[in-house]
Amino acid sequence: MNRFSLGKYLLPTYTVLAFVFLMIPIAYTFVFSFNDPFKNTTGWQGFTFDNWTGVCNNIDVCLAFGNSILIATIATIVSTILGTMLAIALTRYEFRFRSATNLLLFLPLATPEIVMGAGLAAQFLNVGVPKGIGTVIIAHILFTLSFVVVTVKARIATLDPKLEEAGRDLYAPPTQVFMKITFPLLLPGIMAAALLAFALSFDDYIITAFNSGTEVTFPKYVFAAAVRGIPPEANVIGSAVFILAIALVLVFQIGGAMRAKSLAKKN
Amino acid sequence: MKQVATRAKISAAGQPRKSRIVLLLLLPGMIYLGLFFITPFASLITTSLQAPVPGGGIGEYQPGFEPGNYAFVTGEYLEQIVRSFIYATVATLLALAFSYPIAYFIAVKARNYPILQGLMLTLVIAPFFISFLLRTFAWKEIFGQDSWISNLLRDTSIMASDEFLLGTPMVVIFGLTYNFIPFMTLPLYTNLERLDTALLEAGSDLYAKPANTFWKVTFPLSIPGITSGTLLTFIPIAGDYVTASRSFLGSPNTAMLGNVIESNFLRIQDYPSASALSVMLMAAIVVLVSVYIRRTGTEDLL
Repeated sequence: MNRFSLGKYLLPTYTVLAFVFLMIPIAYTFVFSFNDPFKNTTGWQGFTFDNWTGVCNNIDVCLAFGNSILIATIATIVSTILGTMLAIALTRYEFRFRSATNLLLFLPLATPEIVMGAGLAAQFLNVGVPKGIGTVIIAHILFTLSFVVVTVKARIATLDPKLEEAGRDLYAPPTQVFMKITFPLLLPGIMAAALLAFALSFDDYIITAFNSGTEVTFPKYVFAAAVRGIPPEANVIGSAVFILAIALVLVFQIGGAMRAKSLAKKN
Repeated sequence: MKQVATRAKISAAGQPRKSRIVLLLLLPGMIYLGLFFITPFASLITTSLQAPVPGGGIGEYQPGFEPGNYAFVTGEYLEQIVRSFIYATVATLLALAFSYPIAYFIAVKARNYPILQGLMLTLVIAPFFISFLLRTFAWKEIFGQDSWISNLLRDTSIMASDEFLLGTPMVVIFGLTYNFIPFMTLPLYTNLERLDTALLEAGSDLYAKPANTFWKVTFPLSIPGITSGTLLTFIPIAGDYVTASRSFLGSPNTAMLGNVIESNFLRIQDYPSASALSVMLMAAIVVLVSVYIRRTGTEDLL
């Protein structure tokens, strides 16, 4: 009995403390986004809103941020389209070389970023392609693709194939079955995959470092700045992206919970 | 193979249009992976065998066959290679020990509270939403020379006044563990979520002590989760070079394989050495993954 009640409090307490621990660097970044920049970049210098109101006074960090958004947007669109097609093929169709295809899609997930980055860079070097935004986008599509496939596949696995069969039984042509049944049902999974791809691309440093040449992305800017100390404007961007992402996730979660509730009511 | 062929034929007979559609769905992605994943590997291997251009400058190499490059990098960077695998192993075990109780609490204890579960899962992945580099930099400042932690350790004489926290293996391993914790927690959660609690009740009904029930029931059932968690954590840690770099938590004494590859490729432009090290890292990971999966018996990770 004693052991039981101990376990009852021990585990929740540990979990709460663990969450506090996980939040430490996030809190640090958030607090230092309000640090007064005009004196020194290391240590707390005083509270100010200036960094938030004038992020782009630090033009370098803003340009880097813009590059990252551009790269992540294009890479996400391409990788989500290619990945969704692959996921549908793998879950809805029978074909030869299925296990070889699965293996080929698993390999990028098992490859350390540095190997993928160095491999692509070696290829660009051997072929003579100059590094720039284009090569970064190629690299980001590559390393986000498998994540998209896994995420969309997980969603397809929860769908009832009978819904599509019903469409075909009613003589709907394949394109109509896809547009009216498969695609709408898959949309939440595709959205989740796109968000994941965007987040991975936006935050990537290693693969980008090998394939970007002199182009600066937000992570590259932070890496270069880390030697001296990170300017508060970079903390502003980090914090703003964090708040936006958390808000998106919460909206998705609450939306999902409410939909589940209203479905339960209807039944 | 024969079975696969028959199944394909049956479905092709049933839905004749399918086989053409599947090709359209597969081709773009497969061509992409062929061009930018498979051929780069080949590039990496050929580059790793290149020889310097006689009388050429920095970064000038010509196609060749120099397997000696591998022996050279092994001798030159053995220390960093061994260190990478030690750091990655320790950090992975620490992440497992840290994550297991959290994953268990969210997946099993909080099972009847879906909203609380969702919130806790969001907290687990929250570090992913802030830049990896900003997170690591925050730890750099927290462990910095004049930080309150350093001062506390000096005041209590745990650390000598001329010692630093930054650049020590301890802090680098700490940073690696922190950065990859969500990769461990999520697969563990996914696995424990499916744990049938009736089995745990059966254990306690049969007067098994909670610890016994854990080691005989819960733990063995969670091995697939542990497998994917350790792989998802170990692989990126083994190739990471941000945490251990001098700009963040490391020093030359903590340089890992990633740092060596980076400096060879991007700084001294010794492409063959960087490529040879990358090929070795990849080979080690492929061997590790296949042995590991065969041993723990979880064949399909995807």
